[in-house]
Amino acid sequence: MAILSVENATVLFDAPDGGTVSALDRVSVRVEPGSFVVALGSSGCGKTTLLNLMAGFLAPTSGRVTHGDHPVLGPGAERGVVFQNDALLPWLNVIDNVAFGLRLRGMPRKERRERARAMLDLVGLAGFADHQVWQISGGMRQRVGLARALAADPEFLLMDEPLGALDAMTREQMQELLLDLWARTGKGIFLITHGIEEAVLLATRLVIMSPRPGRVTAELDLEFGREAAAETSARRVKSDAAFVSAREQVRDLVFANAQV
Amino acid sequence: MPDIFAILWAAAAAERRAEQPAGQGQASTRRRTGVRRRVFGTTAIVTTVVLFALWWAISHAGLVPPLFLPSPEAVATQAIRVAADGYVDATLAQHLLASLGRVFAALLAAVLTAVPAGLAIGLNPFARGILEPPIEFYRPIPPLAYLPLVVIWFGIGEISKVLLIYLAVFAPVALATAAGVRSVDRERINAARSLGASRGQVVRLVVLPGALPEILTGIRIGLGVGWSTLVAAELVAATRGLGFMVQSAAQFLATDVVVLGILVIAAVALVLDVLLRLIQRACVPWQGHR
Repeated sequence: MAILSVENATVLFDAPDGGTVSALDRVSVRVEPGSFVVALGSSGCGKTTLLNLMAGFLAPTSGRVTHGDHPVLGPGAERGVVFQNDALLPWLNVIDNVAFGLRLRGMPRKERRERARAMLDLVGLAGFADHQVWQISGGMRQRVGLARALAADPEFLLMDEPLGALDAMTREQMQELLLDLWARTGKGIFLITHGIEEAVLLATRLVIMSPRPGRVTAELDLEFGREAAAETSARRVKSDAAFVSAREQVRDLVFANAQV
Repeated sequence: MPDIFAILWAAAAAERRAEQPAGQGQASTRRRTGVRRRVFGTTAIVTTVVLFALWWAISHAGLVPPLFLPSPEAVATQAIRVAADGYVDATLAQHLLASLGRVFAALLAAVLTAVPAGLAIGLNPFARGILEPPIEFYRPIPPLAYLPLVVIWFGIGEISKVLLIYLAVFAPVALATAAGVRSVDRERINAARSLGASRGQVVRLVVLPGALPEILTGIRIGLGVGWSTLVAAELVAATRGLGFMVQSAAQFLATDVVVLGILVIAAVALVLDVLLRLIQRACVPWQGHR
């Protein structure tokens, strides 16, 4: 399977004062199949810009974005995206939202609904197929967004702070769900967060970013995600001494850079 | 009695305001809105009744000759007579159908052309440069002002009348559609594109439904404008229609028929507005939710 890679990418935006702002400065990130890459940083560090590059919503000012041997020139179904504000279509009910990508491919209605139902099962929303999306909670909407991205069977999942808007309890459940889905589907995941504990729990590779200009300041390989997925208990992993010390180490890295 | 239309319009506007979600989950705000709505509703009904009573009292007190203000009973009698025997060679129903036919023909043509035009304006700056200047140029001109030109160009037949209403409806529908297109959530478009949607699929499956609430609002505004343009259109050599009926009744100083015509025009406008509101609720039940 192919690797999704950003090489030495710089993104410049026009600033209101006539100059340019460097949203990303020579950033390189590789997402390998089956890996869980997490970008951690405060707002303004360019993590969403980085995701937009990978998704193909944005082209780098300089540098390269490649998927396998091919340059990424635009969005595509092989790179599924889960959005911060779910971006569901309110005129479709839950199951038709999940089946939307399959409909775009011209899959017959019965077949795509069957597949969408399986995806809803996977994210634990089996009973909500016929609900309207504006009738369900924020956490459920995020799960619908996740099921929608998974239904298209992408090689990579790109997630832009998918848990950012959720309350603390829903967030913990969603973290376990993500780990479970990741272990079961074996997809390469790139996830953005500003939660340090969340980043340390989920990542197999953690990329710490810092603003002005947006850049990568540290990278770490971690194993807690695999552990938690194997044990299916994120809570026990989080109370491990190893986890706690890793979390504090990451916290130091984040704040060391924040003071620069 | 033209006041009644203003009252009904104000009632519709207030109801629209009340329909909007009052800050999600704020019970006290909603309760206050509920009280305000009841106070408003009661007052509006009382005002309407008082105005009718005033009309009745003044016309019966003999203060004003019936030529200027016919009594409600006289208007009611005329209503029955015009409905049964007709006025200037056509019954009330025939006048009404003629008017509705013109307005709906114009509305249909306007929706079929203005929605694609609005989509083009909202999606493509080139199309916007071509379409927006002429629309913005003629939109503020009262239809009565360009009516003579329409007659010179297209004669005094049915085409001129429908065209005049069509022009009045086209601008609000096209501009509302364009505004709707521009308001479509960027993330939803990106979501569709990341699921492999082509440009055509994005327009058809995301932009168009996303703009639907505003398109329907545009149609509602357009229908209101079109209905008020009707009388102007029917001033020109019509032989049927509510505007024509009012116009010819005025020439014979048949004030009771004039008042009748005005009341029917107001009532139809109200019914159309309510119908469109119901359609809107059925087509975009997600409006007001996120």
